[in-house]
Amino acid sequence: MNETGLRSAVAAGVLAAEEMHRALLQSIVEVARAIFAAKASSVFLLDEEADELVFEAVAGEGSDTLIGQRLPSSTGIAGWVLVTRQPLVVDDVQQDPRWSREAGESTGYVPKGLMAVPLLHEERALGVLSVLDRPRDARFTLREMELLGLFANQAAIGLELMQRSRRAKAALEGAGGLATLVGRVAARVDGLPDERRDAGRRLLSALDEVLASPER
Amino acid sequence: MSEEPAGHHEEDEELPAWSLPAGSVDRIRVGLPWPPGAVSREWAWGGSSGAGVRVCILDSGIEGGHPQVGSVEEAYVVSLEGDGEPVVGEDVEGDLCGHGTACAGVVRSLAPECELVSVRVLGAGYTGSGTVLLAGLRWAIEQGYPVINMSLSTTKRQFSSLLHELADTAYFRRTMLVASAHNMPVESYPWRFSSVLSVGSHEEPDPQVFFYNPSPPVEFFARGLNLDVAWLGGSTIRATGNSFATPHISGICALILAKHPELTPFQLKSVLSLTASNVGGEE
Repeated sequence: MNETGLRSAVAAGVLAAEEMHRALLQSIVEVARAIFAAKASSVFLLDEEADELVFEAVAGEGSDTLIGQRLPSSTGIAGWVLVTRQPLVVDDVQQDPRWSREAGESTGYVPKGLMAVPLLHEERALGVLSVLDRPRDARFTLREMELLGLFANQAAIGLELMQRSRRAKAALEGAGGLATLVGRVAARVDGLPDERRDAGRRLLSALDEVLASPER
Repeated sequence: MSEEPAGHHEEDEELPAWSLPAGSVDRIRVGLPWPPGAVSREWAWGGSSGAGVRVCILDSGIEGGHPQVGSVEEAYVVSLEGDGEPVVGEDVEGDLCGHGTACAGVVRSLAPECELVSVRVLGAGYTGSGTVLLAGLRWAIEQGYPVINMSLSTTKRQFSSLLHELADTAYFRRTMLVASAHNMPVESYPWRFSSVLSVGSHEEPDPQVFFYNPSPPVEFFARGLNLDVAWLGGSTIRATGNSFATPHISGICALILAKHPELTPFQLKSVLSLTASNVGGEE
């Protein structure tokens, strides 16, 4: 396979992967929410360049408004968890006036309690998984803390894959965006019914020949 | 690092650190009868309030004047200058999360007359957080605080050897580093180092119950489940995590050191293991 062919194959894979990873993260927060019978669950991704935490996936309360919102990377509960790498479970957090004000202003929803756990992949901290408002009468044990840790490990793998594919995408787009376009066309042709796919391939081959012929 | 640790005798300077000439056993006297008969909790910290022992909380800052915390003797912050160099200055921000206040409250509940010192290593962003943590720890060790509570860890390998050196320096300078263990499948520091005292959680409700773990790396388990801890704005919240178990052990260390200031970290660890609830300690 020549370089262009390789690039377009990679681009096709990368473009398809982004959606799959998003679905994986969404599934992780949905399952986390279900396991702990919580009102909401979310994954924050660390944006290293901006040095901020970004809502990447949300299930339950706030799922339609929070994606893309940003938090400081080293203050507040999520920042503490990210920097110290330590999981934390807090209830009655509404008692804290600063928390109520800040959470209310940024999200319009002030949880009573949350579990937050760092998303760690090898030596890197990628973000934070949080589970908001378990049932008030739920008995919390260290076993659940470990379950949360196991879950976080899975989410971290999802996040790492997503970041890798984003980096690959950025690298491809760095080449003038052409490889992404070629990848997208290749993916489209691949997705056509048999007959039309053959026609699509012939069309692309013809285009390739025309482009390869010396200028007149 | 020129200061001599407390209890260090001047004549020791004549003695090479690597040998003990005949007839000089006197020079390494430990300052108390050892072993001190039966090591009981009564012997170790009976009647102690932790008076005068400085406990450094390396965390998110402390909210001074919180009803569960009381006064904070000193408060410092580590920040990064424009060129990325860490600097230590006085802190007027208080606590940026609530966690440092929670730890301070736990220590205060066990050692009501200890002196709390806050060294804030949070708030300078995530990117420089490893550098800030390291600088804060180095600075705290240089100040000679007898107990440093570290309810935090790092996974960055580039910091591991530096942290290891600092942990050993603390150990030889009679500073007990008390660090939260990690219960996630990942390598992190400094709690794994044998010169620090590592703490995980148990589920018992009694703050004086702690267990010695004969299967390290986690050496002790202390109360870490469903505690009512101090938080921001004078509030109290219910919390769970190894990071809250850690200040229980820091508080007990302060109680012991107030009564037996001559103990080295090695001896302090021994006393803790002998008085643990699953060894010789009364529950």
